[in-house]
Amino acid sequence: MPLKSIVVTAIIAFAAGLVFASFAGYELFIPGLLEGTWITIKITLGGALLAVVAAFIAALAKMYGPAPIRWLATCYIEVFRGTSALVQLFWLFFVLPQLGVTLSPMMSAILALGLNIGAYGAEVVRGGINGVSRDQWEATIALNMSRPLALRRIILPQAFIAMIPPWGNLFIELLKSTSLVSLITISDLTFRAQQMNQATFRTLEIFTLVLLIYLGISLLITFGMRALERIATGGIVRGRAS
Amino acid sequence: MVRFSGVTKRYGDLTVLDNLDLDVAPQEKVAIIGPSGSGKTTVLRMLMTLERIDDGVIYVDGRPLTHMESNGGLVRANEKYLRSVRGDIGMVFQHFNLFPHMTVLRNCTEAPINVLGLPKAQAEERAVELLELVGLGDKLGEYPQRLSGGQKQRVAIARALAMRPKVMLFDEVTSALDPELVGEVLNAIRMLGKQFQLTMLMVTHQMGFAKEFADRVCFFYEGKIHEEGPPEQIFNAPERERTQQFLSAVLEAG
Repeated sequence: MPLKSIVVTAIIAFAAGLVFASFAGYELFIPGLLEGTWITIKITLGGALLAVVAAFIAALAKMYGPAPIRWLATCYIEVFRGTSALVQLFWLFFVLPQLGVTLSPMMSAILALGLNIGAYGAEVVRGGINGVSRDQWEATIALNMSRPLALRRIILPQAFIAMIPPWGNLFIELLKSTSLVSLITISDLTFRAQQMNQATFRTLEIFTLVLLIYLGISLLITFGMRALERIATGGIVRGRAS
Repeated sequence: MVRFSGVTKRYGDLTVLDNLDLDVAPQEKVAIIGPSGSGKTTVLRMLMTLERIDDGVIYVDGRPLTHMESNGGLVRANEKYLRSVRGDIGMVFQHFNLFPHMTVLRNCTEAPINVLGLPKAQAEERAVELLELVGLGDKLGEYPQRLSGGQKQRVAIARALAMRPKVMLFDEVTSALDPELVGEVLNAIRMLGKQFQLTMLMVTHQMGFAKEFADRVCFFYEGKIHEEGPPEQIFNAPERERTQQFLSAVLEAG
């Protein structure tokens, strides 16, 4: 047996042994981490939904709205892209109550992260729409379609396909930024990990496991987006319009 | 049917069309020829409202296309007015511009349903009829991606006609095609010319087709109609030197 295989096998065996040894007594921290995972998933889903809605509204407003609306959309995009997500989170959670608006931690989290990612998403939507060839717009004019109709039936369906991969990136970005919410009293995965760590001192297992959980969710997002792309593409090959 | 009156188009310092006057009678078939950069495609694009005009007025069926009457004067038309006038005009493009995410049938029913408000069944009946006419009755469920260039262009022709325009514009519709596919598209146009009461303006490099099909040929040079007349005259006995040069160069190239 070549040396390389021996070394690899040894490492794997050692790692497996370590895992088995370490996870003895896992019932101490696993349930807590799973609860945290569920919270993290909820915030990610809620934030993603809000991000998509905000991004489409902001992009369309910026591209086709009348001047004041356009200006408002630009403000939203620049403010939420140009400031830190953590500060936005703090602002919604700690400053808004002083102005008389109190949001639950969950609401603050979804709102801050969703709007933050939505601001980046607006640029993705805009890029997708601009990426559809001018020829397609001209065809809609020649068929006497109104602009909203052309956008809805001809341009957006094509733009949508090009938007899927960058949206995948943004969703993963969103997932990772959910760890910030542990700082506004939400017991998400990261928060739970710290809590369990302080209680059990099983630092290696806990943070390795947390790493793997984040990775798992992010891979799930990646596969989901690929499936979506396959479905959306259907019979069309991307890029070249006919 | 269509009248250009003193129409001028500039791109920056470059004057693409210079004070153009052109009058096209109902059901007349006008071929527009000329060297590239002579402004011939711009004529069609302005008529289709794809380009703004800088000066002059275009009339379609007696109504100003780009301007509307307001307080006795003409002002630049708004979107609503533009749409009401350009419904009379259809256009076929050099690069087909089919909707890649829709089937052949859907390409041809989308605008009739959503713009003209036809019921789906009626729009489909009309589309199928046209697609059969251009020889694509067996491709209804196909996506454009899977068609040849000639087939795509015939779908584009059917799609434009499904809107029942009075004026059809053909912008170098065979230029992007492989040579062996040119004939099928020209045949489709020939047939439709007989079948429908259409006014046609076509920018073309197919001199043979222009000669046989058109009632009138306009030779464009430097943003003006340099010479015009019936095809026999333009092709057999052009009077002006530029026209002669252009035709001999084109015919020599085959």
